[in-house]
Amino acid sequence: MSETADRVKKIVVEHLGVEADKVTEDASFIDDLGADSLDIVELVMAFEEEFGVEIPDDAAEKITTVKDAITYIDEHKG
Amino acid sequence: MFDLTGMTALVTGASGGIGSAIARALARQGARLALSGSNAEKLTAFRAELGGDHVAVPADLSDPVAVDNLVPAAVEALGGKLDILVNNAGVTRDNLVMRMKDEEWDQVIRVNLEAAFRLARAAARPMMKARFGRIVSITSVVGQTGNPGQANYAASKAGLVGMSKALAQELASRGITVNCVAPGFIRSAMTDVLPDAQKQALLARIPAGDLGSGEDIGAAVVYLSSKEAGYVTGQTLHVNGGMAMV
Repeated sequence: MSETADRVKKIVVEHLGVEADKVTEDASFIDDLGADSLDIVELVMAFEEEFGVEIPDDAAEKITTVKDAITYIDEHKG
Repeated sequence: MFDLTGMTALVTGASGGIGSAIARALARQGARLALSGSNAEKLTAFRAELGGDHVAVPADLSDPVAVDNLVPAAVEALGGKLDILVNNAGVTRDNLVMRMKDEEWDQVIRVNLEAAFRLARAAARPMMKARFGRIVSITSVVGQTGNPGQANYAASKAGLVGMSKALAQELASRGITVNCVAPGFIRSAMTDVLPDAQKQALLARIPAGDLGSGEDIGAAVVYLSSKEAGYVTGQTLHVNGGMAMV
């Protein structure tokens, strides 16, 4: 597992208060992890801070699963 | 009760009549302030008068870029946190609707409503992270009752109430409350120069029999900014001596 994936999963566990083993790469934030739209906004803010990337709103809208987040961050982090 | 020690606040329109009374009230309860206003000179003088370690962050709220820069500048000046945002700045461009120019409408909406939206949006970020925040917007009794010659102003003030209710619902789960304070007629340079006959007519509409003071508004803002008011959100606190009961 990549280093990005580990850090993303840690943030998701902390922010959503879910069990680590539920945070699989295919897990959907809303459907599987119980996030609401405000949780997604907060997760995106946390990712931006952790990885020093900027995630514009149109990109954030496409991030629906853990894997989407990892992929976006890997493609955009400096 | 209502101790704001350790809390930080950004107050817009802070050098004006009501704004300076709000700033004084928040400072008296222990909050550290970022004072904003469009007149840098007036603002610096007020900051000096207030004493303490408050900061001045001038901004022209009719300029969207300046508005977007204001919250980050205030957060930095206040040492990285913002607990309270008071949207107080407001302008009037009174005219009968049939004579009202597009610019008169636009200017009032831009400063009174759009700037408040932009500032609240920006302030929500640090507040969400902190799981605590207080957003208080100063609306007006005329946002509820209307007033001839003030279609633009009344719309902007009613708009603040609706926006605050929506935002209150979005942010309640994160410990952030969003409320309004609606002053009635408050003693100011503007009301001081009214002719006696007009003053009497005004007072006849106010059951309390007197105009309000800036301190009356400051006290309401202090309450809504306090930890004790944490269960109060999406509300408008009318401070008007009974002239409108809604």
